[in-house]
Amino acid sequence: MNIIQQLTQTMQMPQITWCIARAARLSSKTFRKDCHLFHSSKYNQRKIFVSKGISFFSTSSKTCQHVAIVGSGPAGYYTAQKLLKGHPDVVVDIYEKLPVPFGLVRFGVAPDHPEVKNVINTFTNTAQNDRCNFFGNVELGKDLALKDLRDAYTAVVLCYGAAEDRVLGIPGEDLPNVLSARSFVGWYNGLPQDAQLPVNLDCEAAVVLGHGNVALDVARILLTPTSILEKTDISEHALEALRRSSVKRVHIVGRRGPLQAAFTIKELREMTRLPDTRTVIQRADVDGIDKCLKDLPRPRRRLTELIYKSAVSPDETEVKTWKEASREWRLVFHRSPLQVLQDSNGQVKGIELAVNRLEGDSLQNQRAVATGDREVIECGLVLRSIGYRGLPLSDNLPFNSSRGVFENENSRIKNEKGNSEANFKKLQKMYLFQHLV
Amino acid sequence: MASRRLASLLLNKTLSSVKSTAVTPLSALPCATWSRLHIQPRSGVSEKNFSSSAPKPQKQTVKVAFILRDGSRREVDATVGDNLLDIILEHDVDIDGFGACEGTLACSTCHLIFKQEDYDKLPSKPTDEELDMLDLAFGLEDTSRLGCQVIVTKDLDGMVVTVPQGVADARSGPL
Repeated sequence: MNIIQQLTQTMQMPQITWCIARAARLSSKTFRKDCHLFHSSKYNQRKIFVSKGISFFSTSSKTCQHVAIVGSGPAGYYTAQKLLKGHPDVVVDIYEKLPVPFGLVRFGVAPDHPEVKNVINTFTNTAQNDRCNFFGNVELGKDLALKDLRDAYTAVVLCYGAAEDRVLGIPGEDLPNVLSARSFVGWYNGLPQDAQLPVNLDCEAAVVLGHGNVALDVARILLTPTSILEKTDISEHALEALRRSSVKRVHIVGRRGPLQAAFTIKELREMTRLPDTRTVIQRADVDGIDKCLKDLPRPRRRLTELIYKSAVSPDETEVKTWKEASREWRLVFHRSPLQVLQDSNGQVKGIELAVNRLEGDSLQNQRAVATGDREVIECGLVLRSIGYRGLPLSDNLPFNSSRGVFENENSRIKNEKGNSEANFKKLQKMYLFQHLV
Repeated sequence: MASRRLASLLLNKTLSSVKSTAVTPLSALPCATWSRLHIQPRSGVSEKNFSSSAPKPQKQTVKVAFILRDGSRREVDATVGDNLLDIILEHDVDIDGFGACEGTLACSTCHLIFKQEDYDKLPSKPTDEELDMLDLAFGLEDTSRLGCQVIVTKDLDGMVVTVPQGVADARSGPL
């Protein structure tokens, strides 16, 4: 049995056909009109690229368009779904670096949010379409070059995500137990490459840098009782480590204030309701924000109200739980990391932070400016959760390395000469995933 | 030719992985237990039929019309007691990406917009959890609800519900 047959059986995918088609070139106009693609702001760096197609030959006499999709996460499968629906003849091949599909739905969504993974059922329907093929264990740039795909397909769609972490560039960042939240998520979600991550939870306090939903996810996993986690599909090695964890306190640190926080309300509400865990938000940080509530759009207003209420007037149940809690998390505003401090054994013993104030008129675009004051939070674990950036392909396409995206004009990737030749579709907004990653 | 070369490239890759790893079965990969990743459907929901109500001797139905994203109108006989997500699935009303989390309050893809008078007649007010998810929805209105949380009652006969544009074009700038 060859590997293709085996994959086909194991993955319960439709029979993989290597459709070789003489393609009528996909008209860029038609493509643009019909191909509504989805993504969330967190997927901004996911790129879609439709190359000037080169025709190839079909085993069937029928002409068809053949599209390669690189990456089998939400962006990849929604792209496939939309293409298959909008183009009755198009054949879609999805390439994936891992042996299994669904990307961040499988390896990014927190294990205690199984309901979010229900979308896998939708993707499986797409995967079972006869015109949709899945090739796992194939890595672009290693097993295949982009040029191979450009030469062979009518169009190539890049949905391979933002594979690299942004780094702080501060002293001590490379100490042991200063980890990227992305790897930590991969570690508890069973991503093969992160299975051996050296996580040491033998400390009382942890600091998470960043105020996005990934920051809340990792903090929640650190604080959730293992009696709850063991009912989820969390990886066994992470569960075992969390059972022995001494972490009692998690500080979630952001540069700016409550009005600029990037996490969403569902995740924050979950944090305030964690069993046996106290929420600590300093009143000084929320002073005055109740006055601007009425001018905020509804989502920001409700989020701000929840932060304010948690700091100033928690309800009775919360007061009771928080009073008796043995663990706590603290939402820390207006602090930028300066350096990770180490003890004489080279272990993390704390993090030094600069105290910021905010400058600028428009609330959500205010900038953090250091006041000159400093403070130290003692901790034995630092998780960096400050965002990701895309990586270029070694195909001489113009890449903006400071932003981590391909140079593009109105979402078309520019060609080697800097012209926007290719019909590039940037993913459109898909709200389902906004709060996930 | 190009695709043949690609095919042989792939074959080489897969063959070499056969040699090097002796084809590790997926179940042996150092990942979260695969079998546990299968998501169970909600209790009482069979795979194909999403109707959540128990069989009734006489199904009472009311007319509910949906204004779809392309402006077209689709009227269905909605069973009283069912929620709008199940009704939309049962009647195959074609809305892209609808009900991705299958009614578990984990997404906002079943976002619907009601007329004020119908909104006031809905049998339940939205909970904090529903409002939290609605806050992520595109085209949020004061009369927005999640379809999975709206149970159809007799009073709602003749209701007209608008399916909002589900996506924003990221090219028009961040929201």
